Amino acid sequence: MINLIFFGLVAIGILLSLYRLIKGPSNYDRIIGLDVINVSIIGVLVVIALITENEFFLDVAIVYGILGFLETIVFAKFLEVRS
Amino acid sequence: MTIIGNILLIISGLFYALGGLGLFRMPDVYNRAQAGTKATTLGTFSALLALCFFFPAWTPKLILLLVFVAITNPIGSSTLLRSAYKSGLKPYSKNDELSVDQYKEVKHDLS
Repeated sequence: MINLIFFGLVAIGILLSLYRLIKGPSNYDRIIGLDVINVSIIGVLVVIALITENEFFLDVAIVYGILGFLETIVFAKFLEVRS
Repeated sequence: MTIIGNILLIISGLFYALGGLGLFRMPDVYNRAQAGTKATTLGTFSALLALCFFFPAWTPKLILLLVFVAITNPIGSSTLLRSAYKSGLKPYSKNDELSVDQYKEVKHDLS
């Protein structure tokens, strides 16, 4: 029950970020939406580890966090060089 | 212990939803980044703390993840906003006479 409430709230957050990702006026808005979705998915992976009682999903969350961070930095540097 | 974990999970989901709402409603790139990053950082913190209450044996890995999120999330948003500022995006202000840009003076020291 608690898990369902949690997933519903995270889904609201991800949908609103997805609106910003699709319709953002500038490219920076799109990257911020992507960043918020990445961090939300870390939380979702942690709660999946809680449901399945499997510690493996925490490793997945760590690697996903590293990849999301690299993605944000690389996009920021790319836009900074290009502009 | 389970009750505290459930309350922390609800708080975490609430802050994720609030982060998305801030991203949806705010008028400006800078405001959006601030609302989204701060709210989702707190949401991740309370989800990880909730898992610490459910499974105390997983605490070292959860603390590693917490420190990682606490370091990388502000760094990512600050780098992104620095690049947005350098590309010339103006902050939103209703009254231009009252707006102060202190970053313009320090800008040349960075990089």
